[in-house]
Amino acid sequence: MGRKLLLEKAHVEGIRHFDVYRREGGYKAVEKALKTMTPDQVTEEVKKSGLRGRGGAGFPAGMKWSFLAKPEGVPRHLVCNADESEPGTFKDRYLMEFIPHLLIEGLVVASYALGSNDTYIYIRGEYAWIVDILEQAIEEAKANNFLGDNILGSGFNCRIHVQRGAGAYICGEETALLESLEGKRGNPRIKPPFPAVKGLWDRPTVVNNVETLAAVVPIINNGGEDYASIGVGKSTGTKLISACGNINNPGVYEIDMTISVEEFIFSDEYCGGIANGKRLKACIPGGSSVPILPANLLLKTAKGETRMMNYESLADGGFATGSMMGSGGFIILDEDQCVVRHTLTLARFYRHESCGQCSPCREGTGWMEKILNNIEYGKGKMSDIDLLWEIQRKIEGNTICPLGDAAAWPVAAAIRHFRDEFEWHVLNPEESQKRNYGLAHYADPVHVPVG
Amino acid sequence: MIKFSEQTLKEAERLIARYPEGKEKSALIPLLHLAQDEFGGWLSPEAMDYVAGLLKLEPIEVYEVATFYSMYNLRPVGRYVFEVCQTGPCMLRGSDNIIDYIKKRLSINVGETTEDGLFTLKTVECLGACGYAPMMQLGQHYREHLTPERVDQIIEECRVNAAKNN
Ligand SMILES: Cc1cc2nc3c(=O)[nH]c(=O)nc-3n(C[C@H](O)[C@H](O)[C@H](O)COP(=O)(O)O)c2cc1C
Ligand code: SF4
Ligand code: FES
Repeated sequence: MGRKLLLEKAHVEGIRHFDVYRREGGYKAVEKALKTMTPDQVTEEVKKSGLRGRGGAGFPAGMKWSFLAKPEGVPRHLVCNADESEPGTFKDRYLMEFIPHLLIEGLVVASYALGSNDTYIYIRGEYAWIVDILEQAIEEAKANNFLGDNILGSGFNCRIHVQRGAGAYICGEETALLESLEGKRGNPRIKPPFPAVKGLWDRPTVVNNVETLAAVVPIINNGGEDYASIGVGKSTGTKLISACGNINNPGVYEIDMTISVEEFIFSDEYCGGIANGKRLKACIPGGSSVPILPANLLLKTAKGETRMMNYESLADGGFATGSMMGSGGFIILDEDQCVVRHTLTLARFYRHESCGQCSPCREGTGWMEKILNNIEYGKGKMSDIDLLWEIQRKIEGNTICPLGDAAAWPVAAAIRHFRDEFEWHVLNPEESQKRNYGLAHYADPVHVPVG
Repeated sequence: MIKFSEQTLKEAERLIARYPEGKEKSALIPLLHLAQDEFGGWLSPEAMDYVAGLLKLEPIEVYEVATFYSMYNLRPVGRYVFEVCQTGPCMLRGSDNIIDYIKKRLSINVGETTEDGLFTLKTVECLGACGYAPMMQLGQHYREHLTPERVDQIIEECRVNAAKNN
C-alpha cells in the first residue's frame, strides 16, 4: 500500500470538525508557513515538490504561482476551482465532504504565499450541502485564529468565501469561472491576458484545483523534496482517482503513481475487478475528455510495456495509442457496453455544455450528437462515420477555449479504436437495436473470468 | 410585489458584503439561488426583476445570467423535482432504466410535471456522483444507488412530506 497524504485521516471520526482535525495534526502547515517561512519560501517549496495541477491540465503549481503579477497597490486573489463537472470525476467532492479542513488549511497557506486576503472557493451549484460543510469549517478556523485577521499574530489577514455556481460545466474552465464569479454568463475569455496578470475583477489571480491546494499541506509539513520522492519522474506525490463504471468497488482512491493500471483495476484494494464477472472492454482513464482506450492498449502500451497510473505512462503513444491522466476520472466499460451509445452520451454532454461563443464548437457539438444519434438508433450511413471524423477534426484547435478539443477527442478516439463497432451499427440497423456488439478483438487477453 | 423574508434579506446582505465595493454584481448567482428557493422553485420575471433591484442592475443583466445556468428553472416546476443524471458513467450503471421507470411510475415524460403538481422529471448531465450511480438530485441533496425500489421509496417519502406540510 502506497503512502496516503490527503485521505489518510479522512475517515477518522469527527475529522470534519476543527478540534479533531487539529488533534490529528491539522493546521501545522499554517503554523509552519506563517511563523517560519516567507511567502516566497512557500512557493519555492511547492516548486521543489513538482506538484502538478490536479484539475486536468497538469501544469506545475509552483511555476503558476511564481508567474503571478504583483503590481503595487492592486489586490491579488486566489480562487479555488471546485466546479468539478467533468463526467467521471468526483474526487474533489469526496475531499471536501470528508476532510474539509484540509482544503481550508491548504487555502490559508497558498493565500499567504500569493498574498491573497480574499480567497474564493467556486463550487458547482449542485454540491449545495458541501457549501454548508465548508462554511462551517471556515467558521471554526476563524474562531481559532487560523483564518481572519492577523492569523496567529503574523499580521496576515485572510478571508475565505464560498461561491456557488448554478449548473454549467464550462465554468470549470478558469476564465469562464472568473466571469461567473463576477456575476456574468460563463463565457471563457480570450487569452492572453492570463489570469495571473488580469483575472478576477482584472486583478492578478491564481486559479487552482481543490486537490492541488490540499496537497500544499503535506508539502509544507514534510518539505517539497519528500513529496517529490513519492511517485515517479514528473508524476510526483499522490493522486486522487475517482473510479466508476462497471467495476466492483467504485469510489475515490489515493494512489501513488507507481502502480500499474492492471493493479488499479483488478486489485481488491482499488476497483476490485470488473463487476458481475464480466470482461474488461474499454476505459476512459482521465475524465470524459480524454481518449477512450480498448483493453489491450489500456493494460499495455503499444510497445508492450506495462501501462502505469501516471501522467507519462497514460499518455504513452500519444493520441494514436495512448490517453491522458486528465482529471483522474477513471471510467470502466465492461464487455456488454456499447461504445457508440457511450460516446453519444458524451457528445450530448458537450453539446449541452458548449457556451456557444465559437461556431466550430457550438455547431460542431450539435452535429456530432445528431450523427451519433442516427448511428446509435440504426439510421446511420457509412459516410456518417467519416463525416464525424471530419467534424471533430475541424473543431479541434479552432476554438477560444479547450472545451472544443474536449468534445472532439472522445469522438475521435472512439472512431479510431472502435470503428468496426460503428460500422456494425450501420450495417445491422435492426440487430443493433436488440443487442450490443460485444467485445470483439479489443478484449483484454489476460483476465478471463472463470465459470 | 414580491420580496424576500427578513431572514433571506439578511442572508442576501451577507452574500453581497463578500465582494469589494463596486463589485456587488458578483452576488447575482447566489442571490438567484435564494430567489428560486424562496419564490416557489423557479425564477419568474418578477423574481428576476426583484433581484435586479437589490443589486442595482438592469433587468436584462439578470435575464442574461439566469438563462445561461441550468439550475435555474425559468418555468414553474412541481414541488419535487427529480433530476436524473443520464451521462456516460451513469448510463453504464443503468440510468436509462431508472428514467424509464420514473416515467412509468409518474405517467409523465421528461420535462413534464404530474397533474397534482407534485413531481417534475428532468434529465441532467453529470452531477459528480458517477461512482454512486444511478443517481438523481432532489432539492439540496443527492439520492444515489437508485433502484426501482429506491425510487418507489423516494416517491412515497415525498408524498408523505407533502401531505404533512400542506
Ligand atoms: C471545459 C473545461 C472544464 C474544466 N473544468 C475544471 C474543473 O471542474 N475543475 C478544475 O479544477 N479544473 C477544470 N478545468 C481546468 C481549469 O481551466 C484550470 O486549468 C484548473 O482549474 C487549474 O488548476 P490546477 O492547475 O490546480 O489544475 C477545466 C478546463 C476546461 C477547459
Ligand atoms: S470552445 Fe465552446 S465552450 Fe469554449 S468558448 Fe468556444 S463555444 Fe464556448
Ligand atoms: S455521470 Fe452521472 S453523476 Fe457523473
